[in-house]
Amino acid sequence: MTPLLVARDLVKHYGDVQVLHGVSLTVREGEFVSIIGPNGAGKTTLVNVLTGLLRPTSGSVLFKGRDVAGVGPIRLAALGMARSFQLVNVFPGLTVAETLAVPTLARLGRGGRALAALAGQRDVAESAAQTAELFGLADKLGRTARTLAQGDKKLLDVASAFALRPDVILMDEPTSGVSTRDKTAIMETLVQAARRLGVKAIIQVEHDMDIVFAYSDRIVALHQGRVLADAAPDALRADDEVVATVLGAPR
Amino acid sequence: MIGRVVLAGVLVTAAAVPWLGRDYYATLMLPFFAYSVALLGLNLMFGTAGLLSFGHALFLAVGGYTAAYLGNTLRVRSLEVMLATAMVVAVLVALPVGWLCVRYVRIYFGMLTLAFGMLFYSFLYKFYALTGGDEGIPVARPTLLGHGFVELDKTGYLVGPYYYYSLAVCVLAAIAMWRIVGSPLGLSLRAIRENADKAAYVGVRVRRYRFYAFVIAAVFGAAGGVLLVVPTGLAAPTLAYWTHSGNLVFMLLLGGFGHFFGPVLGAFVFIFLQDQVMSVTEYWRFVFGVVLAAIVIFLPQGLMSLLTRTVDA
Repeated sequence: MTPLLVARDLVKHYGDVQVLHGVSLTVREGEFVSIIGPNGAGKTTLVNVLTGLLRPTSGSVLFKGRDVAGVGPIRLAALGMARSFQLVNVFPGLTVAETLAVPTLARLGRGGRALAALAGQRDVAESAAQTAELFGLADKLGRTARTLAQGDKKLLDVASAFALRPDVILMDEPTSGVSTRDKTAIMETLVQAARRLGVKAIIQVEHDMDIVFAYSDRIVALHQGRVLADAAPDALRADDEVVATVLGAPR
Repeated sequence: MIGRVVLAGVLVTAAAVPWLGRDYYATLMLPFFAYSVALLGLNLMFGTAGLLSFGHALFLAVGGYTAAYLGNTLRVRSLEVMLATAMVVAVLVALPVGWLCVRYVRIYFGMLTLAFGMLFYSFLYKFYALTGGDEGIPVARPTLLGHGFVELDKTGYLVGPYYYYSLAVCVLAAIAMWRIVGSPLGLSLRAIRENADKAAYVGVRVRRYRFYAFVIAAVFGAAGGVLLVVPTGLAAPTLAYWTHSGNLVFMLLLGGFGHFFGPVLGAFVFIFLQDQVMSVTEYWRFVFGVVLAAIVIFLPQGLMSLLTRTVDA
């Protein structure tokens, strides 16, 4: 089977500064892959290149066999890759129902219809409500995003990416800014939702090693723009160099 | 519910104005209808999509000049033909202008629209053979649904059939815009206004939908422009001048761009305030400057927020 996402020899310069030094990685169907590494390792740049926001200086990104380097977020969403952000990123003035209707309309190719009434689109409302249900937001459909608690905003942000019904979802620190107690709950919600909605692979950038080791099938450790290790959690834990450089103190 | 009652009351009052026997006030309502149509469109761009144009008077001029040219040069008399043609011409102008402008946002969008407005002003001013230069083109009295109303004098025509025609166009424009705002496109545009980057990540075709909003606003602007030049009887280059665009923005802020009917209220207050202040002092622009500053500082949501607050309380 063709892998869902293949990045080959990604190099990225910002002017004179080289951030990625030939990064390769492959994500297959059914995988949960975590990207870890200290600050400045190039994680955000890698994510931006993988999601088509940045064009790599050299190297290629193939999504479902198609070259998607630099195609931009709109095209990538249409191809089946969605993304959520490290900092909570919502539509402050839209309600939960509206926020989830936006990607649903986009997915169905109806976002530009000017003469149809939104209220008449039953399937859109149902699909949005179903997504809200999976993320525990069903009782908050009428609330505007700005009035939600921080944890709910985070869930709404991720839920709107899931509302695209993507094949691959790329999450930049899905539990950042959330209390330790809530982290596991959010991860459980995400993984459940992914299963229910038929998401084929999850890629996440994460700092919390408890989360990383609990959920990942594979961990890609970045250091100074290079892949230091790409292995299953157990194998990674046994690698002294990775433990020393990326994980810090021995665990 | 209260909103519907208020709306019905406003419509009945508007319909009753010609019967009050004060023709002067009825004629003041005509530019109000015209500006309301234009502002409903402009507010799709600003209130809904978050793009503020400083050159929207361009499209009022497109409408006004199309009507004048059709009537004066081509001897077309039907106002329906004028409206329809003006809207088509507006689309043709908005396609290249909008295509360029929506590549930019915020102040760059504003400056670019301002530049196109001034370009069009210069065009109207210089292309004497087509536009009549600084003298403009006179607008003959058009027929309404095939009727010429030759038995009525100018005032009788304007405060009678033309008044109700304008009111009807205004109501139709409001219904059409209400539908557009409540459509999937309306929601996509609001998402773009709230957070354009996020919108792109959930698949919203940001630039394309901004472009749609631009073209729709242009069509409403041109229709408003047609309605505007019939009472004055003249299409002049000042229609496209930047101060005219500025007045449109003023009306939006005055009434409140956050509410569907805010721009309509803004047009109403602007026209009647201007009339009153001008009769007292020639320094009406000074008074308007003070009013605008006060609105921005004390009522950033416009006069409409005052009304909705009263209703809610």
